[in-house]
Amino acid sequence: MHGKPLTELGIGQTARIEALAATGANRRRLLDLGLVPRTEIEAVRRSPAGDPVAYRIRGAVIALRREEAAQVFVCAD
Amino acid sequence: MGTEMFNIRRGHPDDLVIALAGNPNTGKSTVFNALTGMNQYTGNWAGKTVGSAVGYFRHSTASFTLVDLPGTYSLLSQSPDEQVARDFLCWGQPDATIIVTDATCLERNLNLALQVLEVTPNAVVAVNLLDEAKRKGITVDLNQLADELGVPVVGMAARRGIGLDELKDTVLRLATGHYQPDPQPLTYSPEVEAAVAALLPRVSPLIPNPRMARWVALRLLDGDPSVLDAMERYAPNQHAFGGETTWLPTKSHSAL
Repeated sequence: MHGKPLTELGIGQTARIEALAATGANRRRLLDLGLVPRTEIEAVRRSPAGDPVAYRIRGAVIALRREEAAQVFVCAD
Repeated sequence: MGTEMFNIRRGHPDDLVIALAGNPNTGKSTVFNALTGMNQYTGNWAGKTVGSAVGYFRHSTASFTLVDLPGTYSLLSQSPDEQVARDFLCWGQPDATIIVTDATCLERNLNLALQVLEVTPNAVVAVNLLDEAKRKGITVDLNQLADELGVPVVGMAARRGIGLDELKDTVLRLATGHYQPDPQPLTYSPEVEAAVAALLPRVSPLIPNPRMARWVALRLLDGDPSVLDAMERYAPNQHAFGGETTWLPTKSHSAL
């Protein structure tokens, strides 16, 4: 899988989605939330416990759990 | 088939049935309320704990029953909300469908719009919250959007009643068959298209509507067993179209 996992994106940083490691229903869910390859994604803030993290994706802020974010691979712009 | 099995109460037996689909937070409820006013009731979808709202309105000489589907990002996930929305669009056969989208983040809303158009071409895309988009410096080329989607597009600011009349006019023309859009089907990779082509001869005898047949074939390729359950529940008579129906697994769909 190219790029680094989304979990390594720092708060305030922006990257571009390279690929999804998820399959089946989980992959479908991520795609439906707008996590389509080549989409720009920004880590907006971390919840107090550190998980989930809020990301800006195609004009909406969406919280992803760590296990979900680990399935998303991104590259710096 | 039809609205009865969905526990939908028509205002009048001759009512045209309109489905209202859209992402959450697109102002879908505002559109619903603006169209139906106080003339609505709420309940549950048959056999589900998913809330439903049905309302009524008249326009020109026609009367309409408007079915507010749960707000969803998709028709393809397995949440109860999405199943309800999908099953009604697929098997409830509404006379027309309104897809409410948010002009401030249109791109993310088009996912659901395209999924709906894969199931039913008889739809209008309502681009709502145009006033909010304008404040954010976003303009939407409604004509080009209509060209690319292949269905009518209506710009709206439903909170202020803007676009309502055009929406009702469009819905009337769609539901009465005066306007029959024919959006281009989405094309998938050659591998997927080849698999769809291989499946269609078995699916088409069961599902006479070509668009629906293609959609069912795609879901079978997804390995989505719920489509088979839905076919059994909502379209059992469809089996008669094929004669040879034994290929359809009833409870064990492990082959897929």
